[in-house]
Amino acid sequence: MSKLKIFTKGFFAENAVFVMLLGLCPTLGTTTSAINGLGMGLATTFVLVMSNIVVSLVKRQIPDKVRIPSFIVIIASFVTIVELLMQAYVPDLYDVLGLFIPLIVVNCIILGRAEAFASKNNVIDSILDGLGMGLGFAMALTMLGAIREILGSGSIFNISIYKGDGALVFVLAPGAFIVLGYLIALINKLTKKV
Amino acid sequence: MEYILIIISAIFVNNVVLSRFLGLCPFFGVSKQVGTAAGMGGAVVFVMTIATIVTYLLQKYILISFNIEYMQTITFILVIAALVQLVEIILKKVSPSLYQALGIFLPLITTNCAVLGVAILAVQTDGYDLIKSTLFAMASAIGFGLALVIFAGLREQLDLSDIPKGMKGVPIAFVTAGLLALAFMGFSGIA
Repeated sequence: MSKLKIFTKGFFAENAVFVMLLGLCPTLGTTTSAINGLGMGLATTFVLVMSNIVVSLVKRQIPDKVRIPSFIVIIASFVTIVELLMQAYVPDLYDVLGLFIPLIVVNCIILGRAEAFASKNNVIDSILDGLGMGLGFAMALTMLGAIREILGSGSIFNISIYKGDGALVFVLAPGAFIVLGYLIALINKLTKKV
Repeated sequence: MEYILIIISAIFVNNVVLSRFLGLCPFFGVSKQVGTAAGMGGAVVFVMTIATIVTYLLQKYILISFNIEYMQTITFILVIAALVQLVEIILKKVSPSLYQALGIFLPLITTNCAVLGVAILAVQTDGYDLIKSTLFAMASAIGFGLALVIFAGLREQLDLSDIPKGMKGVPIAFVTAGLLALAFMGFSGIA
């Protein structure tokens, strides 16, 4: 696989949210606005890239039987780093995302990439894979957040587009499920899977 | 009264799946049949309650007393992962019939973010002592099971319905979950 392909597959062909349906909890839980989705996506990307680097560096030292717990400890360390950094530098975003920051640790995308890619490939490829997957995830979250923000509060990235309140239901829980459902249907249609 | 409020609010008003967005992977993954959904629900009630009790005690007597709360994420996930294994081993020995029923679902639970999420929520909420945390965890897990079983029932019906081609499978499942969440929003006034 070429370097470019390793990087770009996370955006379309193997997009974590739209195609693989991984990491659904943060996808739905944090995308009440475009900026929240983007913040969550970037935090996840950071953890994903860093854990991919470390896993691919130590892959020969870790015995096969304890590899999953070892990966979890590596991931959890970086999640703690992100948590402390966000608390210090972007406290507003930290408050909004709340519970979902420690929950990055159980995001199946990260453990999935560590197990399926980083533990078998070299560091450069693992970085590219982490970046591609992470940014693809961030893209999906930003899209979903933008749509919900436009429909629900009439603005995008906090810039008002139309007057009025919008349909509040799209910011609340039901809207998240419904918007993602139609978005996946649309993507299936565009990629001509049906 | 306070205890009843905690239970009702965790099952209906702040349903883990439909309002807090936790545990969505098993929610979409094992909701194709009512039987398996009920099995998964049972396993989650079991693990979530035990995990919350253990993590609550850990937080109170180790993390806070040694002033190392920043280790919370790492400690909790490791404890939960080990606990699931332990529960599996004990269950196999003590109650083989229950193990038969829950067996295949137990390993899946480690990656269920609802378990870690509820454990963290229980220690973060002010004024929750051990009893309240335990009740909160148990009720949250029952809420998870309830949502899962209802959703599985709906999906069994959906299989027989005439659905536009592009919406078949995952998209219609999401829209259905959205409508279910809408229905659960109706409870928001009661607690």
